Amino acid sequence: MSPVPAHDFKDSRSPDFPTAALPLLQDAQLRNNLRHATGIIQGKRARVVGEMPDWQALREAGQRIRAHAHEYLDLYLEQFEDRCTAAGGHVHWARDAAEANLIVVQLAKHSTGKVIKIKSMTTEETGLNRALEAAGISPVETDLAELIVQLGHDKPSHIVVPALHKNRRQVRELFARTMNLPDLGDRPEDLAEAARLHLRRQFLSTPVAISGANFLIAETGGVCIVESEGNGRMCLTLPRTLISVAGIDKIIPRFQDLEVMLQLLPRSATGERMNPYNSVWTGVHPGDGPQEFHIVLLDNRRTEVLRDPEARETLHCIRCGACQNTCPVYRQTGGHAYGSVYAGPIGAILTPQLAMMERGQSLPYASSLCGACYEVCPVKINIPEILIHLRGRVVTGRPKALSALHPEAVVMRAMRWIFSNSTRFSMAQRVGRIAQRPWIRRSGWIERLPSVLGRWTRTRDLRPLPAQSFREWFHGRHESSAVLPQSSEPHHE
Amino acid sequence: MRISLFITCYNDTLFPEIGIAVVRVLERLGHTIDFPYAQTCCGQMHYNTGYQPEALPLVRRFVEVFRDSEVVCVPSSSCVTMMREHYEKIALASGDRSLQSEVAALLPRVYEFTEMLVHRLGVEDVGAVYPHRVTYHSSCHSLRNLHLGDVPIRLLRNVRGLELIPMEAGDLCCGFGGTFSIKNSAVSGAMLEEKLQYIKKTQAEVCTACDNSCLMHIGGALHRQRANMRTEHIATILASDSDSRVPSNGAR
Repeated sequence: MSPVPAHDFKDSRSPDFPTAALPLLQDAQLRNNLRHATGIIQGKRARVVGEMPDWQALREAGQRIRAHAHEYLDLYLEQFEDRCTAAGGHVHWARDAAEANLIVVQLAKHSTGKVIKIKSMTTEETGLNRALEAAGISPVETDLAELIVQLGHDKPSHIVVPALHKNRRQVRELFARTMNLPDLGDRPEDLAEAARLHLRRQFLSTPVAISGANFLIAETGGVCIVESEGNGRMCLTLPRTLISVAGIDKIIPRFQDLEVMLQLLPRSATGERMNPYNSVWTGVHPGDGPQEFHIVLLDNRRTEVLRDPEARETLHCIRCGACQNTCPVYRQTGGHAYGSVYAGPIGAILTPQLAMMERGQSLPYASSLCGACYEVCPVKINIPEILIHLRGRVVTGRPKALSALHPEAVVMRAMRWIFSNSTRFSMAQRVGRIAQRPWIRRSGWIERLPSVLGRWTRTRDLRPLPAQSFREWFHGRHESSAVLPQSSEPHHE
Repeated sequence: MRISLFITCYNDTLFPEIGIAVVRVLERLGHTIDFPYAQTCCGQMHYNTGYQPEALPLVRRFVEVFRDSEVVCVPSSSCVTMMREHYEKIALASGDRSLQSEVAALLPRVYEFTEMLVHRLGVEDVGAVYPHRVTYHSSCHSLRNLHLGDVPIRLLRNVRGLELIPMEAGDLCCGFGGTFSIKNSAVSGAMLEEKLQYIKKTQAEVCTACDNSCLMHIGGALHRQRANMRTEHIATILASDSDSRVPSNGAR
């Protein structure tokens, strides 16, 4: 239906998480970069969160603001539209990625063949850059990390720090090659200066900018973006036309709610007390900043997410990335294993839901359920609970014909059958003791197992089942009869 | 007090010495142990892997087996977490009112082993003797779900002869994660490798925890790597006294 090639947020050809993780786990440089970068951000976050005596109350407030906004989303979105329009802005509604891209491309057509962009995960979700390129418009990323990703034909691996997987020597190589600077140093100031010179020309010569949004303020029709570099501020003030793309979930009811959000977000995201640049604008103002402002409100299945009461708080996310930095799984693989712009724990719950559970089914399983993400989430999204819930949706969503025969389902049914009767259970223990015999090595341990269980013994030995179960020991201690009692069996199965 | 023991399916099958140790500790403190043979599994594996309906009969069974117990002792944080965080939800989803009220009545009487000693029985010194260098691994469920805090540490500090060595990055997951260890075995292995660096750095003889699930994973790798360290459940350590030799993982 759309002439613009729409890209979904998740590549349909991307492999499942365990497969995608394998080559990444072999990349020692990547894993060093990940550990180093996430460790630094985590440390900074812990310091600035630790100095807040009311942090838990703030989280509570943040959670309530988000829940309330989503409960009355229809009202707040219309209020936002009214107020933004009254202030001279143009509000567009996009059902999906294709519609959003089409709107942006048509608005950007009169530009000089290029647009400047502020880092936006939402436009990564819609694949906007590819749509722009297909229409002959070059998008120029101005966020330093996004510039690194774009110049390297790479993909973002983190929602706050998209080039987190690269270290500065790798960035130096990239800049030296793509900006033709053979003598470039690798100190942070050398790299920042190279990027500054590269970008300054773009800021001054490009009439259209594209941004995302951190918050949409229903009460005023204002839009808020926070950033660290000031490149976003350049894009928000220099061009004649500004186009912002925001998910409908970004709404907050009142201007005053920023008081809570702008404490939670920077401390959680970058470990700063406040962001160096906080921009809030409302419509247009003659003689000041862009004279044309468009905002595209994107659904792209967010209303489908809202439909599931057990998982809708996924949309509370304010994209701070704290869950990614603290996640022991993310810290091993980085973001690319998740096959989506939204990586880490939040990606593991958001991506499959945005894909209507048709893709990304391996993602809810990409977690040890350690709970570190929930602990740091500034708006208290209970990610482990939602992961478990979505695992249930993966299982029940299997095609009927396949679901009964799925090997895992067969094992789970068998285990339930065994556990439903204690005689069966002790019988199974005895069978296990016999079945394991060929696998016990001279060390007395099991060092290799067949089939799926072999995944355990790839890195770990397994102590075999001992000669006596606990129930047998306990019975032998108290009774003379060798047979385990069965009379205490509850009546049902 | 008459204490009902829910040993958990995997301890029953794989680590009977943990149950034996729990019985020793509680009997030494003057309590009587009740072990209902009809018990099997709490349903955690089914529930966490996405087979929530399969967990319902196991929740019913647990409630029926233990509904008359004065208190229930469980030497596994993850199983207690399953009960505290999910049983009410499962009962609610089942639409069975009597199950809901029975779950609500039973849950406050269910304790993780160390939690029971310190919070229910008010004991921090169980009279144990264990002359070894020990480091404690806080399992994620004991740390973030049960909020055990320093409860296990307080018990370990009172063990004669035990030298407790603190571990760096104590809140880092070991990578076990139940079926995660099989479904994402490579990532699980990588997480374990990172955790092992901190565990080995302590140069302790023994790594202990409140969960044998983590210890099976950690101990399996220590054994594979022929590391000079073994794992012991905290119950084994607390059961050790000068007269008894409790069978250890390493001795098998």
